[in-house]
Amino acid sequence: MCTYITEKIAIEGSAKGASGWIKVTDGSVYLDHPVHAPFGHTLNIDFLAPELGPSGRVAVELSQESARALAKAIQAVLDAAPPGLE
Amino acid sequence: MSDALLAGTIRITGLGGDEIEAYSARALDEAPRGGVVVIHHMPGYDPQTKEIARNFAYHGYNAVVPNLYWREAPGASPDDAAATARANGGVPDERLVGDVAGAAEYLKGLSNSNGKVGVIGYCSGGRQSFLAAVSLKLDAAVDCYGAFIVGEIPAGMPLKVTPIVDKTPNLSCPLLGLFGEDDSYPSPAQVAELEEALKTNGKTYEFHSYPGAGHSFFSVNRPAYRPEAANDGWEKIFAFYGEYLAS
Repeated sequence: MCTYITEKIAIEGSAKGASGWIKVTDGSVYLDHPVHAPFGHTLNIDFLAPELGPSGRVAVELSQESARALAKAIQAVLDAAPPGLE
Repeated sequence: MSDALLAGTIRITGLGGDEIEAYSARALDEAPRGGVVVIHHMPGYDPQTKEIARNFAYHGYNAVVPNLYWREAPGASPDDAAATARANGGVPDERLVGDVAGAAEYLKGLSNSNGKVGVIGYCSGGRQSFLAAVSLKLDAAVDCYGAFIVGEIPAGMPLKVTPIVDKTPNLSCPLLGLFGEDDSYPSPAQVAELEEALKTNGKTYEFHSYPGAGHSFFSVNRPAYRPEAANDGWEKIFAFYGEYLAS
């Protein structure tokens, strides 16, 4: 089914898409049907530049197991970083 | 009878007189024939859905796929458009009905139309096919595993739709339902509830639920594809439209 389960967050950073690097300001994290990944439902992350319209998007579709591993890895790397880095 | 067909992007008039993009695949033979509005699934107005339209044209029907995400994302790729529409909570029911009505008018206006129009939808489009059939005067409707015709939306799900089984008395045409026994949305119990509503209201319907198949079993480019169920489903679809969309 189409879940529409979504978390939206404000982000600061850049992402590289089909047209090169873009400044991204919004993120959508959701569990739903993928476009490309070979699963029924995936954890999808859209890094968005809304001022560029619908194509201002860098997308990933991950298996749920992969997504949990990614979240854990991100947290571990951030925890291991020395304090004071900007 | 010629088997030539013409397919390509057109514009049709949707809700509120809005011009929206659509994909037309129509038979060129001038013998009168029925038309089919194909409602795309949540992942969008994609090449696989356009192939479905061409398959209907190959089988002698005129078909059209309205781009339900045109307003949010004109000219965007189907996946970007779907992401945008999804972030907005999906397609509003009123807009869906208006856009399907416009697509039906386009089909009826073709020189080889016999005046009959059916609708078919997959996934979220299955519910939307039922919605169109309880809102518009149509000749045949096919619901392929549409969720939330019956059943409550699970808590915390920001889906902007409501169950519509209470509109069953307004169903304007026969309904063909194709479901997977392993699907959770709609579950076999929800399919049974819809069937009960159709029975209670004296509606003409035909339901088939396939063992070993879950949601999205018609999707040839996805792991959920189940050829046995899909092949049989296509046979059921053409038999159904052959009966109710014939001249």
